Amino acid sequence: MPIISTSGLSRTFMTKAGPVEAVRSIDLTVRAGEIIGLLGPNGAGKTTTLRMLTTLLAPTGGAATVAGRDLARDPAGVREKCGYVAQSGGVDPHVTVREELVTQGRLYRLSKADARARTAELAGSLGLEGLLDRKTSALSGGQRRRLDIAMGLTHRPEVLFLDEPTTGLDPGSRTDLWELVRRLRDDFGTTVVLTTHYLDEADALADRVVVVDGGRVAAEGTPTALKTTYAGSPEATLQDAFLAVTGRAPASEAAPVAA
Amino acid sequence: MLLHDTSLIFGRYVRQTLRSRFQILFGILMPLLYLLFFGPLLTDLPLGSEAGSWQVLVPGLLLQLALFGASFAGFAVIIEQSTGVVDRMRVTPVSRLALLLGRVLRDALLFMFQAVLLVGAALVMGLRAPLPGVLIGFGFVGLLTVSLASLSYALAMRVRTPQEFGPVINSLTMPAMLLSGLMLPMTLGPRWLDVLSHFTPFRYLVDAVRDAYTGSYATTHMLYGVLVAVGFALVAVTVGTRVFRSAGT
Ligand SMILES: Nc1ncnc2c1ncn2[C@@H]1O[C@H](COP(=O)(O)OP(=O)(O)OP(=O)(O)O)[C@@H](O)[C@H]1O
Ligand SMILES: [Mg+2]
Repeated sequence: MPIISTSGLSRTFMTKAGPVEAVRSIDLTVRAGEIIGLLGPNGAGKTTTLRMLTTLLAPTGGAATVAGRDLARDPAGVREKCGYVAQSGGVDPHVTVREELVTQGRLYRLSKADARARTAELAGSLGLEGLLDRKTSALSGGQRRRLDIAMGLTHRPEVLFLDEPTTGLDPGSRTDLWELVRRLRDDFGTTVVLTTHYLDEADALADRVVVVDGGRVAAEGTPTALKTTYAGSPEATLQDAFLAVTGRAPASEAAPVAA
Repeated sequence: MLLHDTSLIFGRYVRQTLRSRFQILFGILMPLLYLLFFGPLLTDLPLGSEAGSWQVLVPGLLLQLALFGASFAGFAVIIEQSTGVVDRMRVTPVSRLALLLGRVLRDALLFMFQAVLLVGAALVMGLRAPLPGVLIGFGFVGLLTVSLASLSYALAMRVRTPQEFGPVINSLTMPAMLLSGLMLPMTLGPRWLDVLSHFTPFRYLVDAVRDAYTGSYATTHMLYGVLVAVGFALVAVTVGTRVFRSAGT
């Protein structure tokens, strides 16, 4: 039984300039405990897909189940099981790190004592210990990103959706986050779906990569399989495979000569 | 669960309000100015009833405080949309109704505080009204705050930018205030204006509160006032909750 399965999941936005087909019929199957890397150029539909799977956005077509709960019939059930870290975060600038983390725990129905204990624990795993009593507006970009991630982990979700979690992190914090994601999977069996524009990250972290382009799944498989199929050899880089899939020639050839 | 969630959201926004003391006092400035500079003008005018001029003016000012304060409540949600706070809360299992109620109850509490200050100032200036009437008045304006703030949040979630939100609210609140008879009783005006004003919910509320301030509680005005206030609140909260459920479209 897959932990996430979607069939024909679609979303069309109605804008003044006409309909925008952000996601056109995505079929996706994710096994429990998998780490999935969702790749794709800007505007491919990655965020829209995650927003649908986390109940923020109603699909205009198709169906999905997440952690055994049907997206359309039991959105509240889906919310209990999922954690989501949005591309642009979501903390109030005027509130302290501690207050945000404790309130978040309480929103997930932890008791006050549990929410406080969980706050300390998360601060430890994400290197926020010294920052708990700071306003979130006084954090650096990377520190705030780590707080965003902590917020998504509060209730130890079965399924974790991370939208560009490592954008803005320094190299050390980035590898720390990779470690954390692996630990979540190894120790708690957490399923992780993350989007990224760093192909080395997808290569290092993801069990399976799904490349989305123009709102459709353009390719999927293990990093090695994608490299072999699309770039000709398992020794190729995921970058080459990605460019081959999305129809952009490798950067060295396509780059216009500087005038 | 609803109670737990609502008190959680309520607590969060009460703390937010307490951090900005300026906002608490600023809201009461305009009605206070009316009280000081407009109230004395009415003292010797024939207002068409045997009630004192303060008993006519203060209910209007209270509703005006609610009208302007609560209608602009949505600005806060526009900011929270852009920082991602709204979505972050919407992915948690927290009740959608609580997301709305926690916010509007904070608004109602803030309003109550301002209303007490206003009535206190009016008493000093010469208002005389029975205590039960004053309390009934607070009840009406509390309900009106809940209704207007709910609609304001709903609109804010839909339009998403302050540039769209501000003008819409301005163009609704100004005529609403003029038509409601908040400043002077509508019965003083021509018949068509009086009739027109009955198309706004505020008219029924202000009539009911003015009755309450003169100690007449079992009146047709009161009956209509209660019906309109409760009905308006039910509709507004339903609309608001629906928007928190389906936002992002
Ligand atoms: N609310 C909206 N209204 C209209 N169009 C939208 C809306 N949200 C997204 N879109 C459009 O849908 C498409 C997919 O957007 P989405 O945010 O899912 O892309 P993405 O893959 O996450 O891109 P990025 O890598 O830049 O984050 C884009 O063309 C975008 O402009
Ligand atoms: Mg995105």
